[in-house]
Formats: sequence, C-alpha cells, structure tokens
Amino acid sequence: MAKAKSETTTAAEQPQRIPAMQRLLDNHFLLLFIGVVVPTVLYLLWGVMELSQIPIAE
Amino acid sequence: MSITADTTVIGGIAAKFRTCPATGLQVDLAAERLIKANAVAAIVFLAIGGLFGLLVALTRWPAVHLLSSDMFYLVLTAHGLDVLLVWIIFFEMAVLYFASAIILNCRLAAPRIGWLGFALMLVGALLTNVTVLQGDASVMFTSYVPMQAPPNFYLGLILFAVGALLGCFIFLGTLVIAKEEKTYEGSIPLVTFGALTACIIAVFTIASGAIILIPTWLWSLGYISHIDTVMYKLVWWAMGHSSQQINMAAQVAIWYAIPAMLLGAKPLSEKVSRSAFLMYILFLQLASAHHMLVEPGISSEWKVFNTSYAIYLAVLGSMIHGMSIPGAIEAAQRRNGFTNGVFEWLRRAPWGNPAFAGMFLSLVLFGFLGGISGVVLGTEQINIMLHNTLYVPGHFHATVVAGTTLAFMAITYLLVPLIFQREIIWPRLAKWQPYLFGLGAAGISLFMMGAGTLGVSRRHWDITFSDAALSFDYPPAAFLMLGLNGLSGILAAIGGGLFVVIIVASVLFGKKVDASNVVAALGPTPQKQMSDTVSTYGSAGTFHLPGTYILVSIFFTAFVLYYFVNWKYLSELWQLG
Ligand code: HEM
Repeated sequence: MAKAKSETTTAAEQPQRIPAMQRLLDNHFLLLFIGVVVPTVLYLLWGVMELSQIPIAE
Repeated sequence: MSITADTTVIGGIAAKFRTCPATGLQVDLAAERLIKANAVAAIVFLAIGGLFGLLVALTRWPAVHLLSSDMFYLVLTAHGLDVLLVWIIFFEMAVLYFASAIILNCRLAAPRIGWLGFALMLVGALLTNVTVLQGDASVMFTSYVPMQAPPNFYLGLILFAVGALLGCFIFLGTLVIAKEEKTYEGSIPLVTFGALTACIIAVFTIASGAIILIPTWLWSLGYISHIDTVMYKLVWWAMGHSSQQINMAAQVAIWYAIPAMLLGAKPLSEKVSRSAFLMYILFLQLASAHHMLVEPGISSEWKVFNTSYAIYLAVLGSMIHGMSIPGAIEAAQRRNGFTNGVFEWLRRAPWGNPAFAGMFLSLVLFGFLGGISGVVLGTEQINIMLHNTLYVPGHFHATVVAGTTLAFMAITYLLVPLIFQREIIWPRLAKWQPYLFGLGAAGISLFMMGAGTLGVSRRHWDITFSDAALSFDYPPAAFLMLGLNGLSGILAAIGGGLFVVIIVASVLFGKKVDASNVVAALGPTPQKQMSDTVSTYGSAGTFHLPGTYILVSIFFTAFVLYYFVNWKYLSELWQLG
C-alpha cells in the first residue's frame, strides 16, 4: 500500500496549511503545463524568432 | 503458488489484482502484462542495436575496419535508432507503468489503449528498421535535411512516437485514478515523482517530434517542397535531446528505487529531491541548445542562456541527486548497522547483487564521465574544440550506455522476480554482468572522448583517408584510442549479450517465484527482506554522512580540474604572438 508519511504533520495534529511549493509539486497537471511551456518559449519560440530574422540570400 | 488473482471493483471498474508476496502491494494484472510486453520488446531491440554498435566499433578500429562504407552508415543509422530510441523508450514505458500502477498500488488507466500504444510502437519500430535495412535510409538517426529517406522511415518514427505518447497519457491517467481512489495520501512517492518528470519531458519531446517529423514526412512524399536546414535542426533537437532528458529523469528514479527496495533507503530530504526534479522539469530540456552552438545566425544570448545559465540550474538538480542518492544509501546502511569508520557502509554494500551493483556503477560512471563531459560540451567556448568529434559519442555513451542502459539493466534484475515472477537463472553470471558491461561502456566512452580530443570526427568511416584526394594525418595516439575503443566495444557487447541471455533464459526457464523464495530471488540483500520504502513518502532524517561528503568532494575536485584543463586546451588552440 502506498503510504504517506508527511514530514510536517501527523494524523493527530490539526490540519496545517500546505506550503505553496508542496502544492505546486503535488499539482501534476500544472507541472505538465510549465514543463511544456518553459522550453517551448525559451528554446523553440525564441530560437525560431532568431532564425526567421536571418535575411534570405539574394 | 500463493499468488492468486482477485477481481476488485474500484470506481465502478473491475480490475484483476494479485498480491505481491514480497511487498504485499496489489499488482494490477493488466499493468503487469503491459510491463512485461514493453520490457521484452525493449530487450530484443537492445540485442539487435547492441550488435550493430559492435559492428560500428569494429569498423572504426582502423586495424579491423570491418564494414564497407555503405554498410557502415547503414549500420550506424540502425544502431542509433534501435538503442537510443527503441530500446530506451520501450523500457521507459515499462518504467512508467511500474511507477504508477504498481508503486501506487492501483489499477492502470485504460490498459487497452496501452496495448494500442504498444502495437503502434512495435509497428513503427519495425517499419523504420526495415526501411533502414533496405539501404535507402542511411541518413543517421538525426536525418538532417536535405538528406532524404523514404517516407516510411519518418512514418515509422511518427507511429512510434504516437504510441509512446499514449503510454504517457495512461501514466497521467493512472495518477488521477490513484488520487481519486485514495491509494496514497498526500504526495506521490519520490520514484513516481521522478517518473512523472520523465513523462512531462516526454510530452514536450513527442510534441516537438510531431512538429518536425510530420512536415519532413510530407516533404519526402513530395507534398512540401522545401524544409529549412537550420530550422529543422533547431526543432529536431527539441525532440532529439529532450528524449535524453526523459532517460535522465527515469534513470534517477531508478537510482532512488533500487536502494529503496533492497536497503530501505530513503532520500535525505524528499522535499529537496522533489525540488531537484522540478529543476529538471523547468530547465533540463533547454540542453537541446548545445547542438546549435556552432550554427551561425543564432545569437550568443540564446546559446549562452539555454546552454549555460538555465542548464546549470538543471545541473544543480543532478548535483542534488548525486549527493542525495549515495547519502540515502549511507544513511540506510548505517541504520542497518554498518557504522564502523567512514566507509564500512560502502564496503559492505551488496556488491554481489547485480541490481545494486549496476545501479551504483551507473550513478558513478554517469556522474564522472557523462555529467562532467556534458558540462564541458555545453560550454559555448570549449564546445568549438569538440563539436562533431568522437568526443560527442564518447560523452553520450557515458550517459545513455554507462548511465541509462546500465540502470535499466539493474532494475530488470528486480523486475524478473517481482513482475515476471521468475528467479534469475544463473545468479553467479548475473553477479558479474554489470561489471563487465560497465567496464566496456566506460571504455567506449573514455576512448571515444580521447580520440575526439585528438580531433577525430564522429560518423567517419576511414580516418586514414585512404581514397581521398586530400589526406590528413591524425596522431598515432588517435589510432590507439580507436583500437582501445574496439576492444572495449567487444567487452561491452559481451556484457550486454550476457544480460540479454540471462534475462531471456530466466523469463523462459527460471524457477517460479512465490512467497517462499521471493526474497532470495531478489539477490543478496543485507536486510533479508524487501522494503516497501519505495512506495512511501518520507526522508531519511539524518545528515551524518561522512563517507558521502568525501565522495562528493572527490567528484567536485575532478569536475573543476577537468573543466579548467579544457579551457587550457582552448587557450593553446591558436598560438598568439
Ligand atoms: C555494445 C555496446 C555499444 C558499442 C560498442 C557502441 C559503439 C558505438 C560507436 C563506435 C559509435 C560510432 C561513433 C561514430 O562513428 O560517430 C556509436 C554511435 C552511437 N551509439 Fe553506440 N555503442 C554501444 C551501445 C549503445 C547504446 C546502448 C546506445 C544507446 C542507449 C548507443 C547509442 C549510440 C548513438 C545514439 C550513436 C550515434 C549514432 C549517430 O551518430 O547517428 N550505443 N556507438
């Protein structure tokens, strides 16, 4: 059984606010989104923009 | 046999499970069948592609010079395709299914789609292979335009990629099911998080592949008249190099998984290790840019940002894993009682267990040979000395052969008893296999890097230029390097062949595994039991790791020295005054 042993809370304690970083890392589809967008913008789009500015040879 | 299949209805959908005698985990039989199919396909292609690799290495050994020039380029194309794409990605599908359905103890989403994906991948791989073997598609696996292969070469790759994409969606779907059905609480375990990282990178990789391969296919069919060569290269590498980052994430997940299963090792800090994976998600894919470092027409800002500033953040992620994994092993070994001196934990590690030995060798070889040389190649100024030399294949044989392939071999020694439910048939031979393969792989990496440092080109049939109008004399040391590369290739091929034979024979003829022999079937382990740490979230909770600190210091010293040696070489390239 996959068990969860949170480092900061135990079942007996009051529910605590989940830190923002943990919420990000637990949001798998948000991670998917940024994992696709960041290289698309920084590598692909920026690269394509640079290449498309090269003048065509006469 | 104590293993029974129960039908369990979860969320209105019935799935058949068996209980794993080692961990007590519920194993979805549909996931298990898919893992088996993907792993078997992977190993078959490793055998074929590895053989091609040996033929290439023997041709590049000038004293042997085995193949004719036509055959050399054909076999080199097939080698790159079969090992880099087909072996690795089939195996990664098995890893994704294992890290989701098995580790999260839940049913696999849409297994039928999984079979469709598998079929597409198989048909695609066969189609591309047949096209290459027919002889008109020796365009290397990079297929740079304006070189043109027959349409089926590209179609096969597209089918293969679509199949792999389906596997990624099933992985993501399984995460959703596990959350809905509450088979875990809080956060997913680290190994599954590593697999998620691999899956995310795979989605970007495959999308980039579609953007470039579909037009190239249409171009080879005659529907598109022109494809810009530099644009092709830019987008192709968004696929070509990012696919190596899928390997990276998957192999790190395996580096965490094996010590967790065999030693009960937990990451030093699960939070920090997860953040290191986040660095991969954000930045690792930008490494593609180092393939463009010598292209004119792209600004230094783009090159330096993508290959230096951003990629060093991903390298930081690797450094964190590089410390966290030996640290986790040290912490677990000390907890298991190996507390004498600084290195008893390392000396008394289960070196006779092929899963552990393979994993540790893979970590060390990847870090020292692949990691350091990768940073060197990714530095714009130093890259100019090494670009397109044999240094490049030297570097990536350290990453994808000594690193990823060895890590995948290592986990297979656990998959055979746990998923195929068979004992490893020749444990003595299996014990030596990772060392043989590791030594051979380290040899081909080092000697190709050595030849590259002396200027020998990659993808070059004859460095003696025997029938060329203009000749060039390489230093005799270059010939020595290629000879040693050939010998190492033979060693790696023996190690790789041994792996294939041991695994195939174990799956076919190995003794069945049940509760009575499952722990013994995992190979020597200090705990004499299988740990369920791999499916839990949590940290080791100690930083008393003197041995790890020393190992990490040795690594950093080697890194800094080698990096600056290359700057010194650069300063000597053009003599001033
Ligand atoms: C028996 C084991 C292996 C041997 C002896 C071997 C040897 C070689 C050699 C000598 C080259 C040619 C370099 C050149 O002339 O440019 C090469 C290329 C290559 N190898 Fe391997 N290799 C082995 C296994 C692998 C594995 C397991 C992988 C991937 C996981 C791999 C991936 C590649 C790739 C991608 C290329 C580049 C092909 C190209 O330039 O188009 N090799 N290998």
